[in-house]
Amino acid sequence: MRDWTRQKTERAARMDAAAPFADGKVVAADDATDMLRRVIKSGDRVCLEGDNQKQADFLASCLAQVDPADIHDLHIVQSGLVLPEHLDLFRLGIAKKLDFSYSGPQSGAIARALDQGKIELGAIHTYIELFARYYIDLTPNVALIAGVCADRNGNLYTGPNTEDTPTIVEATAYKSGIVVAQVNKIVDEVPRVDIPGDQIDFVVEAPRPFYVEPLFTRDPGAVTDSQILMAMIALKGIYAEYRPKRLNHGIGFATAAIELLLPTYGEKLGLRGEVATHWALNPHPTLIPAIESGWVEQIHCFGSEVGMDRYMSARPDVYFTGKDGTLRSNRLMCQNAGLYACDMFIGSTLQIDLAGNSSTVTPDRIAGFGGAPNMGSDAHGRRHVSDAWLKAGREAAGDSGPLVRGRKLVVQMVETFGEGMKPAFVEELDSLALARKLNMELAPVMIFGDDVTHIVTEEGIANLLLCRNADDVEQAIRGVAGYTPVGLARDKAKVEALRQRGVIRRPEDLGVDPMEASRNLLAARSIRDLVTWSDGLYSPPSKFRNW
Amino acid sequence: METFTIRAQARAPLPGAGRQAIVGVVASGNLEVLLERSETGDAVVVDVTTSARGFRAVWEAVVADFIARSSPGGVRFSIHDNGARPDTVTLRLLQGVKLLETQP
Repeated sequence: MRDWTRQKTERAARMDAAAPFADGKVVAADDATDMLRRVIKSGDRVCLEGDNQKQADFLASCLAQVDPADIHDLHIVQSGLVLPEHLDLFRLGIAKKLDFSYSGPQSGAIARALDQGKIELGAIHTYIELFARYYIDLTPNVALIAGVCADRNGNLYTGPNTEDTPTIVEATAYKSGIVVAQVNKIVDEVPRVDIPGDQIDFVVEAPRPFYVEPLFTRDPGAVTDSQILMAMIALKGIYAEYRPKRLNHGIGFATAAIELLLPTYGEKLGLRGEVATHWALNPHPTLIPAIESGWVEQIHCFGSEVGMDRYMSARPDVYFTGKDGTLRSNRLMCQNAGLYACDMFIGSTLQIDLAGNSSTVTPDRIAGFGGAPNMGSDAHGRRHVSDAWLKAGREAAGDSGPLVRGRKLVVQMVETFGEGMKPAFVEELDSLALARKLNMELAPVMIFGDDVTHIVTEEGIANLLLCRNADDVEQAIRGVAGYTPVGLARDKAKVEALRQRGVIRRPEDLGVDPMEASRNLLAARSIRDLVTWSDGLYSPPSKFRNW
Repeated sequence: METFTIRAQARAPLPGAGRQAIVGVVASGNLEVLLERSETGDAVVVDVTTSARGFRAVWEAVVADFIARSSPGGVRFSIHDNGARPDTVTLRLLQGVKLLETQP
């Protein structure tokens, strides 16, 4: 007869083995590595919480200290692989297989490790895709997570960076897994309970607070005239045209420029209250002037941002906050909101090919996607309407009959030449060369061309919704590719015909004067201006302070 | 560092009375343009000194489009470029001729 409780039996055995290192649920920092040796076994699937921002860095360094002879072949399933310790696990032979979403600062190291065969790559996922797999075929045996504080019963307060934690813990705790939390402090009473204690097996007070990376702070002082021109083009040609009220912005400078133009140029266009009122968005400091000017109804956040906590606590009508007063973020919920409840995604990319496929992969870097493929895709399960969604759908459908569904606006903003005058428009994405080199079955593409609706460059807008065939798409893209080789190779007659059809719109077609594109249009021209706009509530990290 | 000169004919002389103008700065990703009304008739001369090598074809395309757009006959442009992108070059050239046109 089959034993239906093997997982519970296994869990009990591991808990018993670890018990000598714990006082109830509390484990001393010095005993953390010994405790991990008892709860983790070779071949386990382990989630070592590495979110976009919050990192279980102390537990990561503990895990890197185990003997690979005892624990090896771990399968790491976590969204962010951003710390050197994460790579150490593979270099030392403790971990072997990897399924992840985002690597940021480790993107070069991951590419090298893959090339050397140190990592067996499962897939590069989007966030909710990986989270979904936690519940189907990548359920963690052990989750090592991070929070601000916990009580002795394991009740956990994550702080404003709740991010992935509830999703990871739910999958692990309810499938007989073991959950270990590192916290900055063990307290008598937590400010609010983000994770109930009965889902947490062990808590460790880490010797120093967990690491958080400021990822979404864009210094207005670094916004260029070209980015301001592109922002003007987007506001006039897309925001004023489609009136998307619910949206997500990427984290680049082009969308930061839009945020900073809302209270100035956007106001002049009469768009306040008409567009950009409801957001799925990280706490971008550059949105503060628009919030203070009454543009924004509400914002749900994937995670928090360093320096924004006091500001958000003071604006609970805008942000989601707990009864303790601090932000509650949740990456799964917010990604889902971005997928199903937003009418537009607008963000930057590094490379676009002639079919509109867009990628941030370069030959020696695998940065992953994070949430962009979900934010930047049309949800085919959507069944509620909005004016922006229907207008986009009608443009795409042309005269093809009465049963027309809407389309999400997916807008890619890109300067025709990137860093070091590297053309952003290419005949073939670098990710294809990378896929060939590493024998990947699927080339890492951030947003596929059939999801992209508009491309905005300093040369104007290419509206792919109005393209009727692959040749239209190619010439529309060449038409806004400026002086790059792809742009110079355009068919001038076809591009002019596309312009007559409104597929390509130049700044002058939109009534945008490039001569007006100056930094004087920015609602804030420095980080210090943002602090002033926030009434002193925003406290930027020191690397952004120059006063 | 690369230096070259582009000569072209505009459709018409640039209107206005300004003799000389200067726009931009030689900061990274930017450029400085000195405009002088020193050529005869519809002739245009563009002297380029640029920090980026190998982009002469792009400069020629940008300058040709600019001359077709604004017809700055009679003007000599002296450019010191520090890696500006084409749209910044176009913007500075347009700013320069506007300044020259509107000067008393």
